[in-house]
Amino acid sequence: MNGDTGSNTDNNKNSLARLENVSLSLQGRQILHNVSLELQAQQILTVIGPNGAGKSTMIKILLGLQSVDNGSVWRKPGLRIGYVPQKIHIDSLMPLSVERFVRLAGKGSRDDALAALSRTGVEHLAKQPVQNLSGGEFQRVLLARALLNQPQLLVLDEPAQGIDITGQSDLYELIARLRDEQGFGVLMVSHDLHLVMQKTDHVLCLNQHICCRGEPEDVSQHPEYLRLFGSIPTDGLAVYTHQHDHCHDLHGDVVQGECAHGGHSKDEERGHG
Amino acid sequence: MDDFILRALLAGLALALIAGPLGVFILWRRMAYFGDTLSHSAILGVALGFLFSMNLNIGILISTISIAVLLILSQRQKQLSSDTMLGIMAHSALSLGLILISFVHGVRVDINAWLFGDILSVSWGDLWFIAIGSLFVLLVLAFIWKPLLSLTVHQELAAVEGVNVGLISAVYTLLIAVLVALAMKIIGAVLITSLLIIPAATARKFSRTPEQMALIAVIAGMVAVMLGLLASFLWDTPAGPSIVAGAALLFVVVQFIKRPAY
Repeated sequence: MNGDTGSNTDNNKNSLARLENVSLSLQGRQILHNVSLELQAQQILTVIGPNGAGKSTMIKILLGLQSVDNGSVWRKPGLRIGYVPQKIHIDSLMPLSVERFVRLAGKGSRDDALAALSRTGVEHLAKQPVQNLSGGEFQRVLLARALLNQPQLLVLDEPAQGIDITGQSDLYELIARLRDEQGFGVLMVSHDLHLVMQKTDHVLCLNQHICCRGEPEDVSQHPEYLRLFGSIPTDGLAVYTHQHDHCHDLHGDVVQGECAHGGHSKDEERGHG
Repeated sequence: MDDFILRALLAGLALALIAGPLGVFILWRRMAYFGDTLSHSAILGVALGFLFSMNLNIGILISTISIAVLLILSQRQKQLSSDTMLGIMAHSALSLGLILISFVHGVRVDINAWLFGDILSVSWGDLWFIAIGSLFVLLVLAFIWKPLLSLTVHQELAAVEGVNVGLISAVYTLLIAVLVALAMKIIGAVLITSLLIIPAATARKFSRTPEQMALIAVIAGMVAVMLGLLASFLWDTPAGPSIVAGAALLFVVVQFIKRPAY
């Protein structure tokens, strides 16, 4: 993997990682063509694209798990990355509690793990076997593990896969709030722009090459985006927002009074299941 | 107690001590076939040991480690599935070993002893080899335990978190190769994998943590060794198969025990 020698690395102190004109073919099939992007501290970059667009491969390149044919990959020296992979399966023969799973990340003590779990709202699951979790719970546990080493960059591969729509917007809320608190940069792959729209700073539409990029509102109007995704989701899948006079915890039970997760003034952010 | 029974018991217990923690990873990583391949190929080592009049323990160790290195390298190619590769290597090494042994003149080789073990023939020299080897395996395994566990749970996550996945996996594979070499005389090429798998499977039910499972697997393995040797002593049954039967019996009995409340 080529490292940028640093000609323009000092231009932007906020820069965390960069792909420059990256191309990759695997088994004779072009996966990525001439892809460039830059990740910055405190910014959320969302990558959307159809199946087989090379989104996961691009993440692997950025993480250093996959080498490239052409182009260069630069990561800030010593960059701490928190990674949330796609929904993972853990063998039922492995006895592993949630807390222990989080601590596999490395240096963290038991208290650090519990603190990370409470930040993602799943502290109550700490003693549970990992195999008992629902999709949404597991994503929050993965997120807690990614937070354990105090990342400067958080990379999430389809974090909302297999979660219902309100659970998804909860998760995006949480990611955005953690970003505000911790100031890390975020790279996120998503299959649905509309749900992440309010929480993302930049959108990059990928289909082997970069089709279009920009602010979420601009991308959603871009002809390339509309050609790939059509306009149906906009009409058929409106984001469900409504006012609540109560909140729900992760079990879906009604919580009276103030919402459990501080920092929200709007009730709809806790969603309805 | 006769000397040879004591040596057999000590050798068996030492093997159970390392088969437990190595075996749980075989289960978690679904590497049963992998273990079979390494142990079958140890027969090749027996043949080489005889042909070159080498110390057999050393000959077997050299051959299992060479096969392990071959397996590690072959996993890098992606043309054939690793299942296919293992199948090809397991049975060709076994067959080649049996053919080579047939060329050995002068000594009559008791092939059964190498296929199914001959724990009662363990000498003090063998016991030293097993003791030092087991200690080595335990120390190395303790050293790589945490990263190995992490990459077993999720390889990419472990890699991003700084685990050298290729190196740790390779070290684990080499430890299995050493275990096979240690176990040949005790339980034989054909039965080695069962001592890795059955006690570990028995332990799953009672464990809440990976470490607990490894520890309980060690205990289950030791009980199996004692049961097998007892049966062999009382009824003159073949020791290796008796140990495996003891492990299997334990596994079956445990299935009837009500699972503790976790």
